[in-house]
Amino acid sequence: MSQSNDTIRKTLIVAVSLSIVFSVVVSGSAVMLRPLQEKNKALSTRSNMIAASGVLSSDASNEKVSEAFDRFEVLLVEMGTGEVVSPGTVNAETAEAYDQREASRDAALSSSLDKDPAGINRLAQYRKVYLLRDGEKVSKVVLPIHGYGLWSTMYGFLALKGDANTVEGVRFYEHAETPGLGGEIENPEWTAKWKGKKIYQSGEWTDPAFALVKGGVGENTEGKEHKVDALSGATLTSRGVGNTVNFWLGDRGYGPFLKKVRQGEI
Amino acid sequence: MAELKTKDVLFGPILYNNPIALQVLGICSALAVTGSLKVSLVMAAAVIAVTCASNVAVSLIRSQIPSSIRIIVQMTIIASLVIVVDQFLQAYAYQISKQLSVFVGLIITNCIILGRAEGFAMQNGPWLSFVDGLGNGLGYSLILVVVATVRESLGAGTLFGYAIMPEWYVPNGLMLLPPSAFFLIGLFIWAVRTWDPDQVEEEEYEMQPHRVREAF
Repeated sequence: MSQSNDTIRKTLIVAVSLSIVFSVVVSGSAVMLRPLQEKNKALSTRSNMIAASGVLSSDASNEKVSEAFDRFEVLLVEMGTGEVVSPGTVNAETAEAYDQREASRDAALSSSLDKDPAGINRLAQYRKVYLLRDGEKVSKVVLPIHGYGLWSTMYGFLALKGDANTVEGVRFYEHAETPGLGGEIENPEWTAKWKGKKIYQSGEWTDPAFALVKGGVGENTEGKEHKVDALSGATLTSRGVGNTVNFWLGDRGYGPFLKKVRQGEI
Repeated sequence: MAELKTKDVLFGPILYNNPIALQVLGICSALAVTGSLKVSLVMAAAVIAVTCASNVAVSLIRSQIPSSIRIIVQMTIIASLVIVVDQFLQAYAYQISKQLSVFVGLIITNCIILGRAEGFAMQNGPWLSFVDGLGNGLGYSLILVVVATVRESLGAGTLFGYAIMPEWYVPNGLMLLPPSAFFLIGLFIWAVRTWDPDQVEEEEYEMQPHRVREAF
């Protein structure tokens, strides 16, 4: 190595030009590959929705996922009233094309919450619901939900059976909770425990009774049909998940819509 | 320095100078990603791509790098390449990139890559550096594949996700946990050093023989 390389001038030149060249390389690859990545992300969200509903397992091929997805009906539902609206209301071509995450940032399409147990800040007025019918009757309802855990907003799907009360499955597909602790919300062994749990108490369809509890749920636990074992080492994440479910299935969320499903109006 | 032969540079690091078995570098990622063969192969490919490309890049500008900032220059090159590889994985192998999660980003801190850039590419031409990167990447991959094959077949009873074990086989959950990779890499190092005793390190000190002194 020659001595001339060690001058301050040379050092600066090398540092600056190296930074420029590699920032172009990095941003170039990020920009060029973005469309493909977003397509992958959308497909993965879709496959998580279907996996939550239990129609396919999460490792199903892309073709199977799109095939299964076509059997689902996508509805836009007004929060708080449960009215189903046409995609035109939100200026979307189809209900599927509507971006509710974008809408929750749009002042015209969302409102901020005073009481905000799930930690979502703004609630989009209209949100998507995925329905699967068996003949005329609704057999599965998949609800996109999200809420704040310990570090991050957790996005997931909660699938209910046709009675709009029994949990079919749940899946969280986007979060940044601590791997190994809160990150276990993705663990299939844990989400399997949700299956068959009841969200509401029969007869009282207003407040969700669902809860994540410490210490496990045994045969003798009171109200065991509403309770799921909380994640150990992840108290705040578990609390966030419980609040998220109860918020979205309550009166301000999908509650009124589910009431309609139960009454056979949908 | 004696003239280096392409063949030696390529095959040397695979068995005689394996980055994991002899230099004991890059253990962290080798423990973490070897739970399934498919993920290990993708990780191995990512590491090969980064070692080759970073070695070539460092070698091309080696005569311009001021020695005071050479490590930072190497890190910048490696980090940028890792981000590019990560972007590619997210675009073309989304599921696997999700499983690899943080370990793709951690290729930046894989000592093998920085070690090769500093130890080889700074002194040699682009072609030899490329071959050296490839050789070391393959050496790393060899261990990854061996360990992953054992771990996935014994731990989950599958290979590439297909069941290969007979019905009566009860999967050994320990094999899916990182410690089992430690045992396997240890056994591998033992095997390699028995086969080629030159790799055995000299003992730094000799143990004193144990003596019992009468107390009274």
